[in-house]
Amino acid sequence: MSLALSSISHPGPRKDAAMAARLGASRKRADRIIRTLCLAATVLGLVLLASILITLFYRGFEAMSLRVFTHVTAPPGSEGGLLNAIVGSLIQSLIGTAIGTPIGMLVGTYLAEYAKNSWLGNAVRFVSDILLSAPSILIGLFVYQILVLPFGGFSGWAGIAALAIIVIPIVVRTTEDMLQLIPNTLREAVVGLGAPKWKMIILICWRAALAGIITGVLLAVARVAGETAPLLFTSLGNNAWSTDLSKPMSSLPVTIYSFAGSPFEDWIALAWAGALLITLGVLALNILARTLLRSRI
Amino acid sequence: MKRRSLLLGASAALTLPAFGAAAQTAQITGAGATFPNPIYQKWAEAARGPTGIQVNYQSVGSGAGINQIRNRTVDFGATDAPLRAEQLTEGNLLQFPTVMGSLVAIVNIPGIAEDQLRLTGPMLADIYLGKITRWNDPQIVALNPGLSLPNLAIAPAYRADGSGTTFVWVSYLSAVSQEWKDRVGVGTSVRFPAGTGARGNEGVAGTVRNVRGAIGYVENAYAITNKLVTTQIRNNAGNFVKPEHKTFMAAASAANWNVPGFAANVIDTPGADSWPIVAPTFILLPTNPTDATRSANVRRFFDWAFVNGSKLAEELEYIPLPTSVHDAVRAAWRQSFSA
Amino acid sequence: MASASAAPPQVASRRSSSFGDKVFALVCQAAGIFVLILLGALIIELFIAGLPAFRAFGIAFVTSTDWDPVQELFGAGVSIYGTIVTAILAIILAVPLAFGVAFFLTELAPPWMRRPVGTAIELLAAVPSIIYGMWGFFVIAPAFAQHLQPWIIDNIGELPLIGFLFQGPPFGTGLFTAAFILAIMVLPFIAATMRDVFEQVPPVYKESAYGLGATTWEVMKGVVIPYTRISVVGGIMLGLGRALGETMAVTFVIGNANRITSSLFGPGNTIASLIALEFGESEIGSLKLASLLALGFILFVLSFAVLATSRYLLRSRLKV
Repeated sequence: MSLALSSISHPGPRKDAAMAARLGASRKRADRIIRTLCLAATVLGLVLLASILITLFYRGFEAMSLRVFTHVTAPPGSEGGLLNAIVGSLIQSLIGTAIGTPIGMLVGTYLAEYAKNSWLGNAVRFVSDILLSAPSILIGLFVYQILVLPFGGFSGWAGIAALAIIVIPIVVRTTEDMLQLIPNTLREAVVGLGAPKWKMIILICWRAALAGIITGVLLAVARVAGETAPLLFTSLGNNAWSTDLSKPMSSLPVTIYSFAGSPFEDWIALAWAGALLITLGVLALNILARTLLRSRI
Repeated sequence: MKRRSLLLGASAALTLPAFGAAAQTAQITGAGATFPNPIYQKWAEAARGPTGIQVNYQSVGSGAGINQIRNRTVDFGATDAPLRAEQLTEGNLLQFPTVMGSLVAIVNIPGIAEDQLRLTGPMLADIYLGKITRWNDPQIVALNPGLSLPNLAIAPAYRADGSGTTFVWVSYLSAVSQEWKDRVGVGTSVRFPAGTGARGNEGVAGTVRNVRGAIGYVENAYAITNKLVTTQIRNNAGNFVKPEHKTFMAAASAANWNVPGFAANVIDTPGADSWPIVAPTFILLPTNPTDATRSANVRRFFDWAFVNGSKLAEELEYIPLPTSVHDAVRAAWRQSFSA
Repeated sequence: MASASAAPPQVASRRSSSFGDKVFALVCQAAGIFVLILLGALIIELFIAGLPAFRAFGIAFVTSTDWDPVQELFGAGVSIYGTIVTAILAIILAVPLAFGVAFFLTELAPPWMRRPVGTAIELLAAVPSIIYGMWGFFVIAPAFAQHLQPWIIDNIGELPLIGFLFQGPPFGTGLFTAAFILAIMVLPFIAATMRDVFEQVPPVYKESAYGLGATTWEVMKGVVIPYTRISVVGGIMLGLGRALGETMAVTFVIGNANRITSSLFGPGNTIASLIALEFGESEIGSLKLASLLALGFILFVLSFAVLATSRYLLRSRLKV
């Protein structure tokens, strides 16, 4: 800390003080230019977001109708919707999150409450951080190797497994961060009352961190609901109605991926409708998560 | 609020197909080629009522389809690239064609309208080899005296994803250009020496739309529904032909189907009117099925498609097989499955 | 984030000898070890599955620019090149933007504006990858093909020294377009990290510089950036790690050419896009499938190195 202080407090101000009088105007101009550029960068970011949303609304709205929600995908020229893809996405995202969340919470708890500075704790924290940003297509390949190949085919379960692996590090991170925000005085008070540690964690710490953890879970659902790459080699997609998790299962992103490249207008239109749906859903989840946790992590 | 009521409506509707499917119908599953996926889906939908067979076809790509049928995880496999006779014997598989499709070349050259430009196969190969690079190349100009071809770079576009479409296209280029055959060869994905890739038909067409001077190849169905600018191509007999129903059918009838595994060559067939880029797509059926009923249902389904499916195929711009081929396939079924 | 100390576990462990405590601690630890095993298994599986390719081509697999499915000659060179070029170019494009956004949000924007604008920028990170792909292909690629690229090719493509980077037909897709899309996708990650660390600069440092008459930019340049430099680099590495493995958006716009073109407007390949595009046409047991999995292993090694560096730089500063 003191090292940082000594290295920074000198160069800028000292030079500036000497030249302030002469260069006042040009310094102000430089400042103004930088401010304008920063504003421009922010506006550009917002414009890009708007461009994406406008494109989605413009192209997705044409194909949007009740049919999208009531019909399964159909051959070109037939009345088709996205029902199987929507339901498949819901099933896989929700079950994947349901499996990944408890594991992630336990790992996060381990890191925050048991292994703050142990080497094992550091290793787990490190690996979890790597998993958090690891290319999702590799997780798809991995699940393909361990679940699809040995068990004779693509299945909903394989898709769920891939998504659960993506969920785990997200929940680990939020759980650990949230538990660390809990003041130690609270812990000490509870333990002082004679409660065992595990009760203290479950009843007090988890409850206190609940809003934060729910935020993490919502963000995890939003993240996996939009994932395509890990599902390509695992749940594959299914053109028919199927809720059988041992069979290939449809999902919105994979359906969008295959329809968007197809030769048929109605399939392409459905791809845009699906793209609009998934984006609105994912963005809504994100906004919900953020409002739930007013203070940013 | 609106969103919630939509979801409720959806959940009410979804119980219907679920029960309907489970109750009476016999299920068969297939996987493989992407090229015929739309027509297989269409046939499956239409055949469910009359035959009581529900077909679940996954278009995973020819390679994955071959994997799955070798491992017997599906009832039938589908491939765009036919297997060789010894591969069929080794895998105990019967191979038969179901339908054909045709490819067209599409271009984006200012001032050039549909079916105006004339190209030859070797020229297409040279363009995709990166040897002919401008639209006012003397070779192209010589073939098109009536057109004013601009001094514009040729930008070839190809399928970025491994696909049956690419397989058919490079089969054609290999058939008409020895250099292509030697340097690049044939496969569902190859190393293109020039140009750029784009994902799916939509990607190739989009690139051609965006880029002045671009040329691409797509399935005929796609060119028609999107009103893309197609070209004439010189066929084996030396005539320039347009991509249309007449020339497709001419190509189909000119092919010799009497070869092992029905692996007929419909590329660059002789005949005055033949469109040069037509290809069949194939089904792989185990000759030692684990479940005889399901195997019989696969045959029943395709028999239904042979009898009733030609009109649907034409609606999606596929080319039905000649009835003589249907009969030959049925004969092969009888031979393999009677004993 | 920095509030906790090691005190409570010790307090607890002195009192807890109960069975429940041991079980719960064990379950938590088991979950942690499970995560370790998961990553270990991932590495080993990819390596083993890619082994036939490494065996067939040796170490040359990494550098070979062959990718010829017909001849069954495979090499990772082209896709490694494309992966690194697009990711680095994306970072070059994204860092100034991210810095602008973070600077604007921490120092310039009026307080009421910070939250909604910050959220909007972060939503860019939430948009699914495939949506970026479609948007990139249907909106950005045509715009590039018809306006930006012809102009650059005509005006910069003729220049000596750098001209070769901007030649060839204006396909609209290719390495540059992929990098542009990637830049937008990693922008929020880098901006968020920068913003977090900028906010951690003790106000007293900034105030003393302001007191000397420094302008906002000078405070940024002279105080905030030197103070946060390491974490900023960590944030950039995090963005780089994301850009390396991004799949769906890239498959739509990269062009998938198995050759190295010197022009940034030319088509290329990334490891992730090659895997996504070619996987369905690969037979089990084939050398092609093994090569794709070997590529996956290489991608993992690349991202692991970058992410580990990022984490090291970020943790050393954030957890004071």
